[in-house]
Amino acid sequence: MKLKQLESLLGDLQQFSNPKVELEQYPTGPHIASRLLYTAENSFGDVSNKVVADFGCGCGTLGAAAALLGAEQVLAFDIDTESLELASENAEELELDINFVQCDISNLVWRGQIVDTVVMNPPFGTRKKGVDMDFLCVALKVASQAVYSLHKTSTRDHVRRAALRDFNASSAEVLCELQFDVPQLYKFHKKKEVNIAVDLWRFVPKRNQGKVL
Amino acid sequence: MRLLTHNMLLSNIKGVTNGFPLLIEVEKVIEKPVDFNPDFLKNMFLKADWKALVDASRSLGYAELPEETPESSAIDSDDFLRKFHHALLELHLEEGALVCPETERKFPVTKGIPNMLLHEDEV
Repeated sequence: MKLKQLESLLGDLQQFSNPKVELEQYPTGPHIASRLLYTAENSFGDVSNKVVADFGCGCGTLGAAAALLGAEQVLAFDIDTESLELASENAEELELDINFVQCDISNLVWRGQIVDTVVMNPPFGTRKKGVDMDFLCVALKVASQAVYSLHKTSTRDHVRRAALRDFNASSAEVLCELQFDVPQLYKFHKKKEVNIAVDLWRFVPKRNQGKVL
Repeated sequence: MRLLTHNMLLSNIKGVTNGFPLLIEVEKVIEKPVDFNPDFLKNMFLKADWKALVDASRSLGYAELPEETPESSAIDSDDFLRKFHHALLELHLEEGALVCPETERKFPVTKGIPNMLLHEDEV
């Protein structure tokens, strides 16, 4: 599938109608989502025929993109019932078969090495401090091959240090810097639209040898 | 929820030392066909917890998988792979619950989605 086609399909997905500010619900736009998954597949082969997990799936954009690029099985996790309903509708709309789980990623307990790749656009931690690191920590425990994640460019050094020193990553690479356009979603948003510089990261976990986490 | 997912989920309640596998309470099971991919299945066979899969598939009404963990040569059999495929990927618990083996606390499954959210006192 071509990048343009993927981006176009993702652009048809329904977004949050009543986003919850305390969960930092922002849709991952089709521009970023398509590029994230396209890079994961074309540069690293981390998607097709793999088991891919989307952490904090929201409306399900990243998981859908993984399925469209040939992931064998996609698991999508979110804490919010309404998001999961929306993501389910979106999956059905595109005739995708996605495995949804409702949970809090911070206390997810997971067995084994079945998940190959984790993709995520985690909350940045503006509401619940440190939640972006919680997501990264769990992602590096669950993924057996690679983690793709978006974090604010301003946190780059902190993210690299945490991943390599604390979360058992054998490598942490910024693949590119992107502009995340945040639309005026919430009442406290003064501007019509803001661009936030984000890094697209690829982390590789050290081998976990199939322990329970 | 398919059994692939069940094979990875544990009870995450504070203090529980052995939260795997979750027991299954069935209200509604459905079957959805999935394309047969032998290479993927052979890979999964190495990673799946066999006992958890057999017990779970029996809870869902499918009794074709052998109790004892098959030898690795089993994956050369098309017949075996198809049964494994069916149990792992095509059976869905649509409504019911997953039950913590230690505390018996139920995690509801609604429209095929398990709800693993913990109450405040369980975290």
